[in-house]
Amino acid sequence: MIVVYVETVRGVVAEVSLEAVAFARTLAAAGGGIPVDAVVCGPLGDAGPKELAEAGVRTVLHADTGEFDVFSGAAHARAVLAAREQTRAVVLMGGGTNRGNDVMARVATELDVAMAANVVAFEGLSPFTVTRQVVGGAALEEVRLGSRPAVFSVAGHAVEATPAETAGPATLTPLAVALEPGDLTVQAVSVQPVDTEAAGNLKSARVVVGAGRGAGGPEGFGDALELAELLGGQLGVSRVVTSLGWRPHHEQVGQTGSRISPEVYIPCGISGAIQHWAGCASSKVILAVNTDADAPMMTKATYAVVGDMHEVVPAVNEEIRRRRG
Amino acid sequence: MADVLVCVKRVPDFSGEVLLSDDAQSADARYVGHTLSNHDLCAVETAVQLAAATGGSATVLTVGSADAVEQLRTALGVGCAAAVLVEADPVTLGPADVAREVAAVVADHEASRGASYDLVLLGNDAADSGDFQVGIRLARLLDRPVVTGVQTVTLDGDRATLVSDVAEGRETYRVPTPAVVTVLEGGVEPRYPTITGRMKAKKIPVEERALSAEPVGSGRVRLRVPAPQSSTSTLLGEGPEAAPAVVDLLQQLGVAR
Ligand SMILES: Cc1cc2nc3c(=O)[nH]c(=O)nc-3n(C[C@H](O)[C@H](O)[C@H](O)COP(=O)(O)OP(=O)(O)OC[C@H]3O[C@@H](n4cnc5c(N)ncnc54)[C@H](O)[C@@H]3O)c2cc1C
Repeated sequence: MIVVYVETVRGVVAEVSLEAVAFARTLAAAGGGIPVDAVVCGPLGDAGPKELAEAGVRTVLHADTGEFDVFSGAAHARAVLAAREQTRAVVLMGGGTNRGNDVMARVATELDVAMAANVVAFEGLSPFTVTRQVVGGAALEEVRLGSRPAVFSVAGHAVEATPAETAGPATLTPLAVALEPGDLTVQAVSVQPVDTEAAGNLKSARVVVGAGRGAGGPEGFGDALELAELLGGQLGVSRVVTSLGWRPHHEQVGQTGSRISPEVYIPCGISGAIQHWAGCASSKVILAVNTDADAPMMTKATYAVVGDMHEVVPAVNEEIRRRRG
Repeated sequence: MADVLVCVKRVPDFSGEVLLSDDAQSADARYVGHTLSNHDLCAVETAVQLAAATGGSATVLTVGSADAVEQLRTALGVGCAAAVLVEADPVTLGPADVAREVAAVVADHEASRGASYDLVLLGNDAADSGDFQVGIRLARLLDRPVVTGVQTVTLDGDRATLVSDVAEGRETYRVPTPAVVTVLEGGVEPRYPTITGRMKAKKIPVEERALSAEPVGSGRVRLRVPAPQSSTSTLLGEGPEAAPAVVDLLQQLGVAR
């Protein structure tokens, strides 16, 4: 049995969780058709079970008492542990988000086994071996998970959230979780989920103009925003930009942000770290603007312009306006 | 008066390609410098600010090679008052080992002081091994609550308020102290050591300790560096003069009119 910890945002199953289920199917096949179950904590919309079934989940174990209305890493971990008890799972896994890593680490700690974060590939069942990202994605580590259950998280967008070839309906079963007193010591005072509608617009945009640290500061996005508007597109940014608070999180592209697949992606002042690339690799055409001709984004892009984004982007905007007359 | 322990890790400062040791068990950092990750620097800054705001003190701890004293000095230089080195070959350690060693120091210090550290802070994840779990394992050993991925910490009596503004959203938590918190960059601006700070730091003795138990390790089989790809891009031009070529392309692709 494989149990996948599934995250939701406002009752909608997160894309990374569907990716984790797709990854679980590879394991399930290697193990001769082991069933894949999902644990969902808190509100789950009507579409959830169907979406999970299509991804190959057999049973959706749903922990939905009041304690799960807001996120608590300890409570969610307790739910995964309850699911493990119930299913006798030999693999427990989640998505490589902040929450996914938090919950899976708690699970592994309770069971006194190892936890591999940000796994990108499955290598073999015995011994159970996976490959994971280390050194900020610049290197990969092959690691053995010797004890059962094997616990790990799958790096965001490392695999595609493809539907299962053969999928039946999933059973939705309530999951009884006996929380321990310490599980609710950490109180959520306020939780404002990320703007999923705005992130949705970014994911479905035909054109995305990207801006990274090269923007230079919170005021450095005007030209990129204008270009996005001229092209009827959206702004997407790197994690550095959201971490520094220059732009909101829903604009982040990458492993821990949105996965985009526009006709054209125009990353400006973005180096093209592996975690950013994970979110933009399926763009049809990439046109990179960067002062450094050797930046990974510049060498991997379809087209490149070497130059300062604060000079290149306004010149492009001006040229578009000029041609429109 | 808050007493804070902040745990940091000496990591190679790779800006370009990563080289591996001959046995592929570790990154070869002979030709690069070493540093603290942004998460660790923000954890140190948070510790120093909390200590200053409450008239308490910040202690910095690392588990690593003797060379990691360099990173302890960085933290002392910005205001930590004491430093601990648990000396070990980092390649032999896994996250459970690091957590156990930190817990041993915490237990020892708290027994001799007769008081708990109000907070133990760590960087959310190490820039090299990226395990995302030392804080959680530590909290379990200490039987304390833990919150990960936090950007700002405020203390008010025996409660801490923690704000985390991450991809999932903006969340605020309240937790009773003593507690363990892992810090993500972005909430505070790490200061640089001043000359006087550095001078003072040099005089502070570092408490040196040996491992408290045999390491269990990380389960690492080997490291690999993805093969560098040769450039596949077409250069459209340099600087603002490239604008007409860019717009030609955008028109060709049907996204600009
Ligand atoms: C677990 C994990 C998850 C992560 N998830 C993500 C994620 O989802 N998304 C993400 O983006 N990152 C993610 N990262 C971070 C990622 O590793 C990089 O740190 C980040 O993508 C770098 O952002 P950047 O390209 O804006 O900045 P930098 O890497 O600093 O690059 C800035 C670039 O701008 C160029 N530049 C500077 N000035 C100018 C100028 N005036 N004009 C033109 N170019 C200029 C520079 O040459 C450089 O190439 C993650 C990291 C980890 C460890």
